[in-house]
Amino acid sequence: MLTLNNIEVIYNDVILVLKGMSLQVPEGKIVGLLGSNGAGKSTTLKAISGLLKPENGEVTDGSIEFLGEQIHNQDAAEIVRKGIFQVMEGRRVFEHLTVEENLIAGGYTRQGANLKGDLEMVYGYFPRLKDRQKQTAGYLSGGEQQMLAIGRALMARPRLMMLDEPSLGLAPLLVMEIFHIIKRINEERGTTILLVEQNANLTLGVADYAYIMENGRIVLEGYPDILRENADVREFYLGLTEVGQRKSYREVKHYKRRKRWLS
Amino acid sequence: MDLFIQLTLTGLTNGAILALAALGFVLIYKSSDVINFAQGEFLLIGAYVIYAMVVQFGLHWTLGMFLTMVVAVALGVVVERLVLRPMIGEPIISVIMVTIGLSSLLKAIVSAIWGNVPRAFPSFIPSEPVSILGATVGEDRLWSILIAILLLSIFTLFFRRSKEGIAMRAVADDQQAALSMGISVKKIFAWAWSIAAATAAIGGALVANIVGVSGELAGFGLRVFPVVILGGLDSIPGAIVGGIIIGLLESYTGGYIGQGLNQVLPFVVLIIILMLRPYGLFGQEIIERV
Repeated sequence: MLTLNNIEVIYNDVILVLKGMSLQVPEGKIVGLLGSNGAGKSTTLKAISGLLKPENGEVTDGSIEFLGEQIHNQDAAEIVRKGIFQVMEGRRVFEHLTVEENLIAGGYTRQGANLKGDLEMVYGYFPRLKDRQKQTAGYLSGGEQQMLAIGRALMARPRLMMLDEPSLGLAPLLVMEIFHIIKRINEERGTTILLVEQNANLTLGVADYAYIMENGRIVLEGYPDILRENADVREFYLGLTEVGQRKSYREVKHYKRRKRWLS
Repeated sequence: MDLFIQLTLTGLTNGAILALAALGFVLIYKSSDVINFAQGEFLLIGAYVIYAMVVQFGLHWTLGMFLTMVVAVALGVVVERLVLRPMIGEPIISVIMVTIGLSSLLKAIVSAIWGNVPRAFPSFIPSEPVSILGATVGEDRLWSILIAILLLSIFTLFFRRSKEGIAMRAVADDQQAALSMGISVKKIFAWAWSIAAATAAIGGALVANIVGVSGELAGFGLRVFPVVILGGLDSIPGAIVGGIIIGLLESYTGGYIGQGLNQVLPFVVLIIILMLRPYGLFGQEIIERV
C-alpha cells in the first residue's frame, strides 16, 4: 500500500536526517517502526504526510508511493485527502477547542459527509470522550488527549493511520488500553496502521511486521517473533540479557554488547 | 435622563463600530499571531468605497453596503496573497512591520483616488429622528447598532458552528496539527484577512455615515487597541464587549466631564488593564496541565 524507496530527507538544506530509508506497509496490516530518540522515526512520518515543509525539511531523493501514486513533497492537505492521516507525537490536541470541535476539525477534509454518525463511531471506541464532549480539550488528562488525537484521526476515515508514539507520557495501564484500541481499529475497520514507538515490547505484541531504525536508516526488519529472538533486539530494545533474564545493571559495566548491525 | 440615554445610544453606536473593527483585528491575531496595524486603513477604504457607491454612483445604501463588503473581501484576499503569503515562515515581527507598510500604502492609494480633502457625506442611512424613552436619536444610529449586532452574531455563530470557523480556531491553536488534518493554513489566513477587511469596511461605512469621509478615519485603527487589550487580543466575545465598554466610556466622559478627555481615557484603561490583567477580560490564559 505504502512504499518508501530509499528516501533522503534534508533539513535546512544541510542536515541529512534520513539516509536512504526504505519501508513497506502492506494493506490492512499493522507495521511497527522502532528506534531510539533521533533515529528519524518522526521525520519518516512527516516525510510521508507532507509535514516537512513547515519545518524546512525536504525529501531530496528516493520516492514515496501510496496506492501506486507518487506522493512525495505534495501538500499535506492533498495527502490527507488521499487517505493518509498522521497522529502527531505529543497528542497536539487543540487545547482551546472542545472535544467535539476537535473531532469536527479532524473530519475537515470530508466535505458534506455524515459527521454526526462519525462522531458516534468515535465515541463508540472512546466512551470517555463522550462524557467530555463539551469540555475544553486542554483540560483533559493525558490519556484522554491521546484518545482524542486518535479519535480525530478516525474522523477523517483514513486508509492509512500513522501513529507517532501514542504511548508517550502515559501510564502503563493506559498504554495497554490505547494499544488495544489501535488493534481493534485495525481489525474492525481494516485501517492500515504504521506505528512508530519506543516501547518495543508492546509494539512487537500488536504489529504484523516491524522495522528497526537507527541513524536515518533501517537496520533490521522482520516478523515480530523473529525479531524477539534476535540477540541485539533483546539486548537493546527489550532490555533482556542473553540468558533471557532481566538485565542486571551490575554487569553493564563489565561487558557492553556491540550492536552487530553496525559492522 | 435624556442626556444619559442619548449618550448611551451614541456610546453603543461607537462601541458597535469599534467592535466591528476589533473583530477583524482579533481574527488576524488569533489565526496568525500577527498584529495588524493596517486595520484602520481597512476601515478607511470601507468608508471611501461606500462613499463612491452611494454618492458617486448613486446606488441604494443597502446595495452599496453589500458591494463594499465584496470589495473588502477581495482586498483581504489580495493583501493576504501578495503581502502576507510571501512572509510565511518569517519572524512575526517582520510581518507586523509589513502591516505598518501596508497601512501607509493603503492610505496613499485612498488619497491618490479621492484626494486629501475631507468630504461631506450626506447621511445615507435614513436618519429621521426617533424618540426613545424621551431622548431623540437619529434612526441611523439605531441602524448602525443593528447592523453591527447582526454581523457580530453571524460571526460568533460561524466560529462556534461551522466547519470553517472551527478550522480557523484550530489553526489559531496549533498550526502544524491543523495542517496534519488537511486544513489548509493558507486558505484559513485568506479567510481571516477577508473577514477582517470586510468587518472593518462595514465599520468604516457606518462611521462615514455619521461623520463623513476623510483620512482621519484611519485613526480608528489606533482606537482599536484599547478595545482589544481590554477584551483580550484573542477573544471574539472580548472584542464585542470591549468595544461596547470603550464606546460607552468615551461617550459618558465626553458628555459628563468634557470633550478631549474622552479620547485619552481609553488609553488610560489600556494601561490599567495591562497592569492588572494583561490577557484582557476574555483573553486566553495559557492552559497548563499539571
